Amino acid sequence: MTGSSRASRIALGVFTALLMLFLFFPIVIIMLYAFNPSNIQSWPLPGLSTRWFSPTWHNAEMRHALWLSVRAGLFSTAIAMVLGSMAAFAVHRFRFFGREAISFLIVLPIALPGIITGMALNSFISFGGVEFGLLTIIVGHATFCIVTVYNNVLARLRRTPSSLVEASMDLGADGLTTFRYVTLPMIATALVAGGLLAFALSFDEIVVTTFTAGAQSTLPIWIFGNIRLGQQLPQVNVVVLFVILLSLIPVALAQRLTRDTGVLRQAAAPAAAVP
Amino acid sequence: MVTGGGTTIDAPSGRPSPPEDETAPAVRLTGVRKSYGPVVAIEDLSMEVRPGEFFTMLGPSGSGKTTTLRVIAGFEPADTGRVELHGLEVTGTPPYERPVNTVFQDYALFPHMSVLDNVAYGLRVKGVGRRERAEQAAAALAMVRLPGVEGRRPAQLSGGQRQRVALARAIVNRPRVLLLDEPLGALDLKLRQEMQLELKAIQRELSERITFVYVTHDQDEALTMSDRIAVFSNGRLEQVGTPGEIYERPVNEFVAGFVGTSNVLERDGRRVMVRPEKIRLLAPGEDAPGAVRGVVREVAYLGSVTRYVVESERGEKIVVLRQNLDTSAERVLQERGREVRLEWRPEDASVLDHKQQEAEA
Repeated sequence: MTGSSRASRIALGVFTALLMLFLFFPIVIIMLYAFNPSNIQSWPLPGLSTRWFSPTWHNAEMRHALWLSVRAGLFSTAIAMVLGSMAAFAVHRFRFFGREAISFLIVLPIALPGIITGMALNSFISFGGVEFGLLTIIVGHATFCIVTVYNNVLARLRRTPSSLVEASMDLGADGLTTFRYVTLPMIATALVAGGLLAFALSFDEIVVTTFTAGAQSTLPIWIFGNIRLGQQLPQVNVVVLFVILLSLIPVALAQRLTRDTGVLRQAAAPAAAVP
Repeated sequence: MVTGGGTTIDAPSGRPSPPEDETAPAVRLTGVRKSYGPVVAIEDLSMEVRPGEFFTMLGPSGSGKTTTLRVIAGFEPADTGRVELHGLEVTGTPPYERPVNTVFQDYALFPHMSVLDNVAYGLRVKGVGRRERAEQAAAALAMVRLPGVEGRRPAQLSGGQRQRVALARAIVNRPRVLLLDEPLGALDLKLRQEMQLELKAIQRELSERITFVYVTHDQDEALTMSDRIAVFSNGRLEQVGTPGEIYERPVNEFVAGFVGTSNVLERDGRRVMVRPEKIRLLAPGEDAPGAVRGVVREVAYLGSVTRYVVESERGEKIVVLRQNLDTSAERVLQERGREVRLEWRPEDASVLDHKQQEAEA
């Protein structure tokens, strides 16, 4: 009995290891390529060097793309946090005509193929005569960024007992005070986690961006273009290395924040009586 | 009335007029109705709670007792009717402007705040200074016998401790009326009985200032703690009275059946109710005028008492409780199938009124 369960445990372990290897080996390879001294990708690497780091950093095109991506990400995340949490509050608290439809329409963009969202936005923007650029990129990204904030906040609101808000009102706090002292702290971590995910989504988005960026290049588009042309491959590898490292931060943070309902550090028991 | 050569006294004088009517009931509901879509939760409810009393709303789930509490607290607007607290109408007043505080069934402690911040919350939103808040909160925690946990989070407390924090958080604000929504429902039996006595002690201590309105579905709890009980059923008030009145003189079959065990019998065309412990099993050979003859159908030995089910000549199943004063389990269990006579005093038979029949008609 124990023998067979031990064997199956080993088999499962091996399978898991292989799966992880399959997922992460290519990423490790691409990270190693950033240190490739040669401008030709060949294996094994002829040595390790950081000679491409400086020219990458000083590449004006790359800098422009990076800055555009950062701005698009920040703005669409900001829009998502405001609209997404407002929508979550409305759907959670009120019963109104079209509530289910609105809930469905907000979540739809994440399920809809990006190419369709992109095409639709592209024709709509051309039809409206709006110039393609930062603004249109932000609008395009916001469509799917709202979902992550909305879902996170709504899930938290549903897990938060309604009696908390009632208790606050019962103890003399009006709507605004209750929001400030009770509701906002309760949803804060979900809101931030949703925002971080939204930023991560926006930062590496390429399909919708292709249709809404016009002549502009965000970082993913710049990477994609240079891989196809192949001339600046070493610099692409360096950029990829840093994008990987940077994107680990928000994902790890978001996971940590949503792990529990804000009661962090349970073990750090009786703290001093008055904060 | 004229006294000696003095003056005629028409009304008590010499007392300054109080800011609010002190003789007015702590809570007065007049014709309150509340429905959720097609479901009527409370129907034409009128009720008064006296200042300082421990008033319990008792009933099965869905009887409207919690809805009534929520209407008093202001969480639910009444469809029609009037809500008054100490003579002041509050029908349309939001919860945060009513001089009442609530202890919630799930305690509703703020998980992101320490125990101290939870208890001091009401004072904080009222603008009380930090030091005074901390002092009053500590005093409230001492009152519920939970000192020294100020710095902990609610998640680090046991169920009983959370219950005490919820109570402290409500009474620290010195409400005129304290509303308690099945506050002991989540505790185990032993702790619940302990807390019943403690709650009653706290209420006695505060009864000069605070009126307790308590919701429960547990009849023992209601009988243990209350000055008066209101029995609810299907959104209606069936009876209001002291525990003694409710138990000994229930107005109808519902109240008789919900509070305690009852035998409802037909006598002279009227329905009467007799409690099992009021019925005497006559000794063999003993007889009394008007005694009921029957056969023991079931015997259950319950330790301190034995429960008999006797089938009378008329075919009524009558439950009888007898204390096991000078008998044993072995002896009582042999009484199954035996012919017996039952007797009770006329004053222990409570006549049920005709409300029940009207309702059925």
